[in-house]
Amino acid sequence: MTGTTSGSRLHLPRYLREDESLRTPVGYAAYKSTGLRAPLRAPVDLPQRLTEVTGPVLGEDRVTAQDADLTWRNGGEAVGQRILVFGRVLDSGGRPVPDALVEVWQANAAGRYRHVVDNWPAPLDPHFDGLGRVVTDSLGRYEFLTIKPGAYPWGNHHNAWRPAHIHFSLFGRAFPQRLVTQMYFPGDPLFGQDPIYNAIPDAARHRAVSQYSLERTQDNWALAYQWDIVLRGTEQTPFETDDDGDVA
Amino acid sequence: MSLNPLDVPPDPNTPFQPRSGQRGTGFLTEPFQLGLTPSATVGPYLAIGLTWPDGVWAAAEGTPGGCWIRGRVVDGAGAVVPDAMVETWQADPDGGFPSPEDPRGAASYPGFRGYARAQTSTGEFAIFTLKPGRLPDGEGGLQAPHIDVSLFARGLLDRVVTRIYFADEADANAEDAVLQTVPADRRGTLLATPTADGYRFDIDLQGDRETVFFAV
Repeated sequence: MTGTTSGSRLHLPRYLREDESLRTPVGYAAYKSTGLRAPLRAPVDLPQRLTEVTGPVLGEDRVTAQDADLTWRNGGEAVGQRILVFGRVLDSGGRPVPDALVEVWQANAAGRYRHVVDNWPAPLDPHFDGLGRVVTDSLGRYEFLTIKPGAYPWGNHHNAWRPAHIHFSLFGRAFPQRLVTQMYFPGDPLFGQDPIYNAIPDAARHRAVSQYSLERTQDNWALAYQWDIVLRGTEQTPFETDDDGDVA
Repeated sequence: MSLNPLDVPPDPNTPFQPRSGQRGTGFLTEPFQLGLTPSATVGPYLAIGLTWPDGVWAAAEGTPGGCWIRGRVVDGAGAVVPDAMVETWQADPDGGFPSPEDPRGAASYPGFRGYARAQTSTGEFAIFTLKPGRLPDGEGGLQAPHIDVSLFARGLLDRVVTRIYFADEADANAEDAVLQTVPADRRGTLLATPTADGYRFDIDLQGDRETVFFAV
């Protein structure tokens, strides 16, 4: 039962935290916008209780078939290099995360976002809005068809350019699994000067970069990039025992 | 340039280590762990991907007893942040969650989703919800009514997390174990204050009144 009484003890899962040395910090000096925004005090540890081990169910009803194909809008086809982006959503224990809502957004082939505050002089594409949504299948798989986003300049430092990237937002099963991130493309020459990429600890940066997939590249149609996404998993308990101490 | 097949490089500094080299000292006994995908900032264009027409309704419009929670997000210079997104997740008034992950079972409270997202483009966020009930803390005690909050914005490379408590729940707040771990002089930053149609909860990212943020 639910209810507002204290009740008995609850066996709650515990979601593992990434090692500090591999986690993207909230603030990073070379990324100037963090200066007045990233909190300065150390966060307080929050024990994982009921609110933290649960999460909303946001599934199929938020997604339509056209949401998985960003290349066709307003009765026409977007300009750019057509690409298939696919992968699996797993937890850190290697288990697939099914029915996970994946929301993506990106710039067009010229590196321009369809957004009022993006005013750099590259053309908008009437057939591209840059928004996609998919839900993972029973094996945690997702895929969508889009065009490769262009790089674009931004004001962070002299001659600053963002490497091509696609924004991802994911819900897993529970509050600790929530993730907003960016997917990059392999071998981008702009990595070295990008503080958002370089804020990721060196040993974890490769996890943000997709891999070219010859296997899924479609003949005469589209290049393919694979990007597997790993959300926080729970502490493993090797054996569940019942009251008799027998292995269930 | 042609390659000489006999031009074998010298042994590397670090000799080859077979994967079973650690046999007996952790191999196959360490739990299997995949590396987590790193987070990144939501950036300035989050409205393209994350706008939902029904985003603000943690409880359906018109739900009896519903209230608005509104607030500003303020940066270290005192400027209002107009490009943030606030997400909320909470229990219903009976202390249940519409989530199969609840070990007590998923609850179904009429009109209640428990989750909302709202952007700050007008200068403040606003979500419509029901005040959550008290919840067992799983260790024999009760938590005060609270809402978990994730805040995303340009300039934040990861979300920051806080909790909304309610200033008009003084007795419950005094018994809340999490609130008691927060230094007394900072607890006030976690209290939503009553307004005409609900509550106000401002979030200060920095400064003297920096909101208490949590590591989950």
